[in-house]
Amino acid sequence: MEKKYKISYLINILGVIAVFLLFVLLFETKVFGPSTQYIKGICTTACYTIIMVASLNLVVGFMGEFSLGHAGFVSVGAYTSAIVSSALAGKGLPDFFLFLTALMAGGAMAGITGVMVGIPALRLKGDYLAIVTVAFAEIIRVCFCNFPITGGGKTMSGILKLSDFYWCYWIMAACVAVMYMYVRSRFGRTVKAIREDYIAAAASGINVTYYKVMTFTVAAFFAGVGGGIYAHYMTAMIPTNFNFMYSAELLSEVIIGGTGSLTGSILGAAFLSSLPEMTRQFSKYRMLVYSIILVMVMIFRPGGIFGNWEFSLTRLIKKLTRQEGGKKDSRNEKTKGGV
Amino acid sequence: MKEAAKKPPVLMVQNLGIQFGGLKAVDSFDLEIGESELIGLIGPNGAGKTTVFNLITGVYKPTEGSFYLNGQRMNGKNTYQIVEAGIARTFQNIRLFKKMSVIDNIKAAMNSRLSYGFFHAVFRTPKYWKQEALLTERAKELLKVVHLEGKEELKAGNLPYGEQRRLEIARALATDMKLLLLDEPAAGMNPTETEELLDIINYIRKEFKISVLLIEHDMSLVMKICERIKVLDFGTTIAFGTPKEIANNQRVIEAYLGKEDEEVEEDA
Repeated sequence: MEKKYKISYLINILGVIAVFLLFVLLFETKVFGPSTQYIKGICTTACYTIIMVASLNLVVGFMGEFSLGHAGFVSVGAYTSAIVSSALAGKGLPDFFLFLTALMAGGAMAGITGVMVGIPALRLKGDYLAIVTVAFAEIIRVCFCNFPITGGGKTMSGILKLSDFYWCYWIMAACVAVMYMYVRSRFGRTVKAIREDYIAAAASGINVTYYKVMTFTVAAFFAGVGGGIYAHYMTAMIPTNFNFMYSAELLSEVIIGGTGSLTGSILGAAFLSSLPEMTRQFSKYRMLVYSIILVMVMIFRPGGIFGNWEFSLTRLIKKLTRQEGGKKDSRNEKTKGGV
Repeated sequence: MKEAAKKPPVLMVQNLGIQFGGLKAVDSFDLEIGESELIGLIGPNGAGKTTVFNLITGVYKPTEGSFYLNGQRMNGKNTYQIVEAGIARTFQNIRLFKKMSVIDNIKAAMNSRLSYGFFHAVFRTPKYWKQEALLTERAKELLKVVHLEGKEELKAGNLPYGEQRRLEIARALATDMKLLLLDEPAAGMNPTETEELLDIINYIRKEFKISVLLIEHDMSLVMKICERIKVLDFGTTIAFGTPKEIANNQRVIEAYLGKEDEEVEEDA
């Protein structure tokens, strides 16, 4: 059992490396010609969006609670990491280390905010929680509008441009891997149990509030990390970037991708974040397109495009190598993946 | 009975009551349950049976009285703390984790037995593997007890009704409790399923040395397996005794069938 899993982890790591090498090959050979740098930028955008959306999926998909304030945590991470990186700049730290420290600081600060918001807010459920999270995100935004250190309501600019795609790719991979491991452990199990029936979960000895706050905090942490990458990619930001629309955008990406599927979050975020970049002239209508896609998804696939299905490289390889007799096996794997 | 005098009873309830506004849903409820004893709790609809369960499991906080598990005072504690101390329950209308697999339902209830933390989970340390392997083994054993072996990976919500009931019992067993509260476990079951359930209840009582408090409307089942029966009506206890005593108790008959105003002869 254990060995089987370890082999599958190894296969997945190899898969991640293979995808990375593919990107390196594409960019280094300059297949896209002069727009290579531009496409690299889009891919970086996709990286941080994936982290944000996947982390929101922990709350929405696995915990089953609507949070409409994810941009609040993103902004805490973005501003904290920007402040940390500008404070540490020029101290002789290697760039990557500086970047990582800034991201960790951003994530930690967002995590702390997550605990502070989570403890009072997670007593509420459903619509009420959604409203409270909106309110908290607005409070955070208004705070940033008034702190001198964040440039007040003006733009905070001059943030170091540290978000290199190659680094971001690995940070993204690590973040998603950690979230995946979290979901596939006792934490994910208890959180899913709470989603299914919180009364029964409590009656099974699960400390509902504790696990909810914990998951909310983990989600906030990764939102903060995503925000950190965002800050060091944009190099300038203004609190209104992190308004309600941004939260709604992240939430719609989670729902379109599939609540309860990290695969869905990855593909959904990657696709939906690069789509407006590719069609720049229509970017104004992005939210309109989102809404239409959202309505279509809700009608035809209420669980999101991927539902709670997870892509598994191991499964794919098994299927390809063992066409015959492998059918029954793959079905077993599927139920495992689906839960 | 003599043994019970030495040790504190598994559950001791003293004068327990709860008031919703002006309504006393349960009033001065007393009960003692010894080790591996099976006590039935019956009464007409709305008598307060499930409220008693909700009080004992901490869903409601009692407005008066107190209850003790193995001599340890329990009121005011949260549901999960009470479950950890050793009282587990099933629900009248099944509450499984429907979209999770059968085995994950059991594993979720075993969560308090695991001690690995966040970093062990994320980095999949040997501690993680050891504990998870042990958990899977224990969960499979429990599924065997309720005859659900081989159905580990099915979705709990897709099981037939009777099997869902049994899975709920297994999930309660997974919390490693000393007292099991069963809320109408035979509701909606056919006679064969009820018979099977009876065997399971008897087996777990013997095998795990647990006490059972049972709410049930199926009188034949209650009369067959309960050692003593408590009858509630309008939140108060109207009778307590062996099945035989209860079957012939005038007040119980009145509560269930109404008073004999017109001298109608009733056979209980």
